[in-house]
Amino acid sequence: MTGGDSPAQGPRASGRIARLRARDRGDRRSPEPEAQATVVADQSEPSAMLDIRDLRIHFPTDDGLVKAVDGVSFTLDRGRTLGIVGESGSGKSVTSLGILGLYNRGNSQMSGKIYLDGEDLVAADQARVRELRGLKMAMIFQDPLSSMHPYYTVGNQIAEAYLIHNKVSRKAAHAHAVDLLKRVGIPQAASRVDDYPHQFSGGMRQRAMIAMALSCDPELLIADEPTTALDVTVQAQILDLVSDLQQEYGSAVIIITHDLGVVAELADDILVMYAGRMAEYGSSDDVFLHPGHPYTWGLLGSMPRLDRTRMDRLLSIRGTPPSLINVPAGCPFHPRCDYAARNNGRSENEVPALRPVSPGHLVACHLSTDEQRRIWAERDKVAS
Amino acid sequence: MITFIVRRLIATVFLLIIVSAVTFAIFFWLPKLGGQTTYGLATQYVGRNPTREAVLQVEQQLGLNQPLYLQYWHYLSAIVVGEHYNAGTATAYCPPPCFGYSFKNQQPVWPMMVSDIPVTLSLAIGAAVLWLISGISIGVLSALKRGSIFDRFSMGVALAGVSLPIFFTGLIALELFSYRWPIFPNVTYVPITENPYLWARNLVLPWICLAFLYAALYARLTRAGMLETMSEDYIRTARAKGLPERTVIVKHGLRAALTPIITIFGMDLGLLLGGAILTEVTFSLHGLGLFTIEAIDNQDFPEIMGVVMLASFFIIIANLFVDILYAYVDPRVRH
Repeated sequence: MTGGDSPAQGPRASGRIARLRARDRGDRRSPEPEAQATVVADQSEPSAMLDIRDLRIHFPTDDGLVKAVDGVSFTLDRGRTLGIVGESGSGKSVTSLGILGLYNRGNSQMSGKIYLDGEDLVAADQARVRELRGLKMAMIFQDPLSSMHPYYTVGNQIAEAYLIHNKVSRKAAHAHAVDLLKRVGIPQAASRVDDYPHQFSGGMRQRAMIAMALSCDPELLIADEPTTALDVTVQAQILDLVSDLQQEYGSAVIIITHDLGVVAELADDILVMYAGRMAEYGSSDDVFLHPGHPYTWGLLGSMPRLDRTRMDRLLSIRGTPPSLINVPAGCPFHPRCDYAARNNGRSENEVPALRPVSPGHLVACHLSTDEQRRIWAERDKVAS
Repeated sequence: MITFIVRRLIATVFLLIIVSAVTFAIFFWLPKLGGQTTYGLATQYVGRNPTREAVLQVEQQLGLNQPLYLQYWHYLSAIVVGEHYNAGTATAYCPPPCFGYSFKNQQPVWPMMVSDIPVTLSLAIGAAVLWLISGISIGVLSALKRGSIFDRFSMGVALAGVSLPIFFTGLIALELFSYRWPIFPNVTYVPITENPYLWARNLVLPWICLAFLYAALYARLTRAGMLETMSEDYIRTARAKGLPERTVIVKHGLRAALTPIITIFGMDLGLLLGGAILTEVTFSLHGLGLFTIEAIDNQDFPEIMGVVMLASFFIIIANLFVDILYAYVDPRVRH
């Protein structure tokens, strides 16, 4: 797999996190209606490029309300990368599709705030969000083969996005598509531009997908498991490409993945999601070196690492992620948590608030900060 | 693309030869397997209550006592160079393409069929245009407004359309619009070259009745296809690009949903060109369908064989066009 060694990155922008921490002091994540009153207090002007506050995306179904995203807040600035990590069904993809406004408002309920450059996308009308899609925010999807239209050439599909948002001729758009393909490292771009997606290899298709997303030079680029469908050898190339292009374009990037190795390489900040809620949020260093949430410990323990030699088998998290219709009461993770018993029944009954364990590092767990540190230190020692 | 078409053309020629062989086998070989003697076969080609001498003479003249492969060779060569038949006292020449000689009508089969083709062609193509336009647009709207009143109503009507036979809807239409309120009186075929207005007016009822049947089917197919494609990943990509919903639906959704419909359309049209039997009988239009019915009624083997060959030819050609069109529409087939 992609290397799992700890990232060696510098200190994070503490000012931004301090602001976040101030905002998150109240328990805004509890789904109980009375607790939501604290949300009202959060009316400060958005200052980050992307500022998401208490985002909830619910889907009413015949079986009940699916709370796919239930109170997620984070901020992201230009040139920075956020990794959203979690198992399948933790709400990470729904969050990103929600930001792009790709849910039909007829069958979903969305609340909270999504500020993109100060403009709230939740309150904005559909037409405005459509205008911004592809222009200011773009997405790279998981499976480039099924995400590209099989009947149109790659160039056509790249030019399409450019044509919609810019008043240019078809010829200019085509030339732009060739340019972009060159930028993402497709050899003989001028001739490959007229190929169909099935004529591209998996890695090339993902490069073409990236070119498509970059066609209007977006400020926010969301990559939803960009490497899952690719060969291991190609994965690293694609990640390098994303990181190079981020340098070049200065976009903010959200990388959604279940592979901690991917975020270790790229992300400045990491958001760990569980059952549609935030479990842990902090800088990459914080989350990798001093994780506070038992779920994060589980994710880290299930990841093969090059710097750990004595571990003969990977640890798995017991159980399966909960159904989003029947999220367990209290801490949603408690049925799978080895440490829930230490909290005198609070884990079963009380939703843990997201609270800072160190500046800018938020954890939603009933274990005290000291306990978290002690347990992690033990686990870390056993592993190495 | 050109090699693809050439390959398809060669395959089509082979297919036609196989079809002719199978047709020939059905009419000349199967009866023998079933115990039919060449004498018995020959009785099919003479008039009613023939004398034994007449039958033997026909058996001789048609070469029914020859080996099968020779007979098949004669059959094929007649198509290319024509054939002389002894009909009664005179010798009848059947010019190429000779698909047999109807002894019952004292005429070569081919010109009789050819004179009926325009009727069937007008009927099938007019109806096809109607059912494609109505079926596809209703299907798309139903899929987009899934579960709405429009969807339920049109799918209910579609179910009725699929279930109601043409001799029912056709007779009702005739009764209402031809006799009670004579908006379209006198449904007879007028060649388009003679009077385009009358041609169209007289065909309106058959067109609508035939199209109703198929439109129902196509509406259901289009709806199912649209529902499937609209949940594809590439539709999400198209939306993520910020394309207007109409572009997403038409350019990305419909384009993909229509491909399987092309295949079915080719088959249906090919089949209809071989004779829309029920429609033609209901409206007394003398096309290939009515020709077939009369041939079967008269047990006129050369005519039946001729029409089977012609119908197979239409289906094969329609499939050829579908294949080429499919390759044009879906690049994955081409490469």
